[in-house]
Amino acid sequence: MSFWVMFRLLTYREGKKMSKQQQHWEKTRMLLFITLAIWFVFSIGIFFFGAEMEASSIRPLGYPLSYYMTCQGSLGIFVILIFWFANRQEKIDEEFGYTEREDD
Amino acid sequence: MFKGKFIDNLPKIYGTYTGGFIVFIILMAIAEQAGMSAKLIGIFFVAFTVLIYALIGYLSRTMQTDAYYVAGRQVPTVFNGMATAADWMSGASFVAMAGGIYFKGYGYMALLVGWTGGYVLVASLLAPYLRKFGCYTVPDFIGTRYGGNLARLSAVIVLTVASFTYVTAQINATGTIASVALDIPFEIAVYVGLASILMCSMLGGMRAVTWTQVAQYIVLIIAYLLPVFWISNKMGAGVFPHFMLADEVARIAELEAQFGLGEIKNSAADLKQVPKGLAGITKAHAEVNTTPWKFISLAVCMMAGTASLPHVMMRYFTTPSVKAARRSVGWSLFFIFLLYSSAPMLATLSKLSLMDPNLATGIIGKSIAEVQAIDWYQNWNQANLMFVSDFNGNGTLELNEFFMGGKAVVLATPEIAGLPYVISGLVAAGGMAAAMSTADGLVLAISNALSHDVYYKMINPKAETAKRLIVARVLLVLIGFAGATIAALEIQGILGSVIWAFDFAMSGLFFPLVLGVWWKRANAQGAVAGMLGGLIAGTAYLIAVRSGYPGFWGVTQLTFGIVGSLVSLVLMVVVSLMTKAPDAATQRMVDEVRIPSGKAILGKQH
Repeated sequence: MSFWVMFRLLTYREGKKMSKQQQHWEKTRMLLFITLAIWFVFSIGIFFFGAEMEASSIRPLGYPLSYYMTCQGSLGIFVILIFWFANRQEKIDEEFGYTEREDD
Repeated sequence: MFKGKFIDNLPKIYGTYTGGFIVFIILMAIAEQAGMSAKLIGIFFVAFTVLIYALIGYLSRTMQTDAYYVAGRQVPTVFNGMATAADWMSGASFVAMAGGIYFKGYGYMALLVGWTGGYVLVASLLAPYLRKFGCYTVPDFIGTRYGGNLARLSAVIVLTVASFTYVTAQINATGTIASVALDIPFEIAVYVGLASILMCSMLGGMRAVTWTQVAQYIVLIIAYLLPVFWISNKMGAGVFPHFMLADEVARIAELEAQFGLGEIKNSAADLKQVPKGLAGITKAHAEVNTTPWKFISLAVCMMAGTASLPHVMMRYFTTPSVKAARRSVGWSLFFIFLLYSSAPMLATLSKLSLMDPNLATGIIGKSIAEVQAIDWYQNWNQANLMFVSDFNGNGTLELNEFFMGGKAVVLATPEIAGLPYVISGLVAAGGMAAAMSTADGLVLAISNALSHDVYYKMINPKAETAKRLIVARVLLVLIGFAGATIAALEIQGILGSVIWAFDFAMSGLFFPLVLGVWWKRANAQGAVAGMLGGLIAGTAYLIAVRSGYPGFWGVTQLTFGIVGSLVSLVLMVVVSLMTKAPDAATQRMVDEVRIPSGKAILGKQH
């Protein structure tokens, strides 16, 4: 409780009107937007350019770029993206002291 | 052998299980060399694996609500990832997807992107928040967040429509495999499949389904990857096919040009001879052969559908913490990725095995009589999954004269490529595992929603635990039988029904779920309008297109979820803003959901 009062005092002095919880949510939302932006590029964005990708001279492992992205590229990026997102979100939760006590 | 708690011993238990399964495969291979018939090997594979699942189901029996509904919320991250992957990868992923890619190439690969990209939405928009909520079912979240039985009931309706469409396809798939492997008629095989499914879920609910799904994942991934690696190495295409098939992909394009793909067309009269459901190759293998919008709209529907399907969401209610739920989504997608990145490779190898005249297995260019005399051709022809005909009368098999069923691509490729029959038996067991694990998850999702949300929360809130769990089991059996009865009618193919299920789920549930967490102003009236309006609009569009309406924006019967979910979004926002904002208690509840620490909204047992 006293921590809470101190926190409010500190944030008040810094001129921020947002509560701890609002700040946490603000950061969480920013992370969501970044994650969804990356997701959009690799799930939707690049496929507007299927023909261009096919004609491209970039050929990962020798496959046509369009074929490679649908078979492996985008899929692999999604896997990495989720783990990256989970790590970032854990950091945000830690920063604001919202980490669960009983963890596995 | 295993001291201490079951959960702590999981790696050992499943390690032993995997080892045992590999020993079983080796024993079968030895038996084949010793002269065991192909039919018997198939029976052994399917019967043995199904019995193991049933045993796990029996050992996991329970009479506690939190064990029955959410596996006691103690499933470790990685194991939950495996279970989700099995829950997710159905007969459509295992049996039908490589087939779709084989016939339609790039256009169908939208499914690969859609069925994986959706997990980014699950991880970032929903799973951790629903885990924090502490609900037993998806309608439990909707009912508590928005308040009122009407919202809860609407969610149950959407869930039932989507999951039921999906489950009929899975029971159909178990029936197909059981009928081929056990050599019994499809109408009976469907009920054999159903009995196996019920054995896994009835006694232990979510707990039993979780531990059988992990076992099923192990079987299905071995069954999918082993043939891909084997064929690739046998053909000399590459030790690690995923990174080394570029030359083979290019070779197929060369052969396609040589055999006149797309130039030689079959006449309508010729095509009439081809049995229903079989197709020839009409689209190039790796070329971009579809408009961007067609590709993207299908991917979008599958992604939003992924984030709205209750049987997937429900798996993340079983993790010990919010953090674990988030990581578990990553592991799920990793385990799914292992199979999905192999599907196009399997399609490539399968096609090359059949097409390349330089390979001993190639049949295009051989004489028709020679092909008709091949053993595997006769078997699959009898099963109505393969067909050749000499349309141009030159006595030689042309590319446009060979037809195959979508299911046959995965099931028959090991035989076509000249692998021992033991691999075909393994693939049948894998397909069975894939279809069963998904059917289990779906049947459980429906019966849990009906028993927990309709019976306990709405009809008889005073029911005792024992009575609730009996109702849950009776409903499970009834839904299973209803699903099997409809599956036996074979209304729509496996892949088609599954895609519809995603569209239904997306139409009714996507925005009510997402806005429930991310928009505090969303209220009960808006959610009900969104769920019912979306579902009705989507269904109406589907029926209209099926009866000849040309549709708009290029939305087809496979992507009607776009129409449904847009209607749902607009209705939800407009109706919410026109009616009163949710009360202070609900707003606080949403705030509480947004942080991982602290108590769940709903108690441990409710």
